[in-house]
Amino acid sequence: MGEVKLFRTWSSPFALRVVWALKLKGVEYETIYEDLANKSSSLLEYNPVHKKVPVLLHNGIPICESLVILEYIDETWNEGVRFLPKDPLARATARFWAKFNDEQVFPSFFRYFMRQGEDQEKAKEKVLENLKFVEEHLKGKKFFDGEVFGFLDLVFGWLVCYPGVINKAINLKLLDEQMFPNLCTWMEQFGDVPVIKETWPDEEALIHKFHKMREGLGIYIYTKLRYEAS
Amino acid sequence: CVCVCYILDSNIYIKLFTFLSILLTFKYIIKMKDEIILLDCWASSYGMSVKIALAEKGVEYECREENFQDKSPLLLQSNHIHKTIPVLVHNGKPICESLIIVRYIDEVWHDKSPLLPSDPHQKSQALFWADYIDKKVAKKELIEVLRNLERELGDKPYFGGENVGFVDVALVPFTSWFYTYETRGHFSIEAECPKLMSWAKRCISERKSIAKTLPHPHKIYEYALDLLRK
Repeated sequence: MGEVKLFRTWSSPFALRVVWALKLKGVEYETIYEDLANKSSSLLEYNPVHKKVPVLLHNGIPICESLVILEYIDETWNEGVRFLPKDPLARATARFWAKFNDEQVFPSFFRYFMRQGEDQEKAKEKVLENLKFVEEHLKGKKFFDGEVFGFLDLVFGWLVCYPGVINKAINLKLLDEQMFPNLCTWMEQFGDVPVIKETWPDEEALIHKFHKMREGLGIYIYTKLRYEAS
Repeated sequence: CVCVCYILDSNIYIKLFTFLSILLTFKYIIKMKDEIILLDCWASSYGMSVKIALAEKGVEYECREENFQDKSPLLLQSNHIHKTIPVLVHNGKPICESLIIVRYIDEVWHDKSPLLPSDPHQKSQALFWADYIDKKVAKKELIEVLRNLERELGDKPYFGGENVGFVDVALVPFTSWFYTYETRGHFSIEAECPKLMSWAKRCISERKSIAKTLPHPHKIYEYALDLLRK
């Protein structure tokens, strides 16, 4: 079905959903890791508008924006497992929740992670409010799309890994089993899917990265130098 | 009719009459089945995209004007997360988010005036640009965004090629706000993006669905001034 390349970073949850989609469809592809501080000329050529990853290159033609890429993969490799449901109403509902994740849930979680003190408390209220909607939406379902996992599970999949790792890194717990029983059950079940389990970024590397992001590069370098000197 | 058939006293006429009655009843039931309500605000560009899509498909619907200070129970129930318009309620089922609604309309009434191309790659391009418009056009970097869109349009009559497509439907409602942006911002979109302005005029002069949906720019300007005064 042609040559497939994926431009990504090793830690981006948006790139990870594309990796899952390609692996679940059994598509062979080449990975090109990008350093966002030093973007390749290829990335700038293939995504001149946003200059971001992930970018999928199929037969030399780029597709940008992870949700657009997911739908493209679903339609192009359309034999076997399908991510989006067939019914137009079910598709519209899935797209609504995907947009809710990308524009509300994830950004609110990121803000919560990056803030301190009172600001962090306010940010926590917002992310909990968003997660409660998601919890409600999962009620009575094994996966977001029903008995079988699909598009929305790929979209929300970052929840299985990143909050847990952040908790290990900076002791910031969010997903309480009592408050979010449906989400926690879903996290276990989706997290058990082999393709998902096998593709998480290295936990130690993620913890290291989250420390860097939170504490600022200056403090990190000072700590590292002190450690190396002793 | 029955009397005439009776006088003629021939089985075939009664059969024909019965058949036509059944056919008309069926058509009436099918038409009755489709209840389409659009919850909207006349000045909303997002609402206008939905109206244009419905007009392109020749779909009849009831439009209900919402008042932000006093939202209807139907709106609060249909979009309990965001409580915003537009919302399409199709046979009692709500669909939210402007471009998600447009895609839904395109999929349900797929036999007329397709808005998205069927080729997955071309579709992904249209989805990318509509997403760009959704995220960027309402913001401060308007001229930069319009320049990007001017480049994307090139020498095509419409973003969709020879016919109006998904990207045209996503962007054209914002043109009724151009006069407001220009007057408040003291710049000329015509001078910066002449092809885009030609396209905007072409949309209104050549597409009834757009001409009858877009309010006059001066009306929008008065509305904006009104909002600023409150």
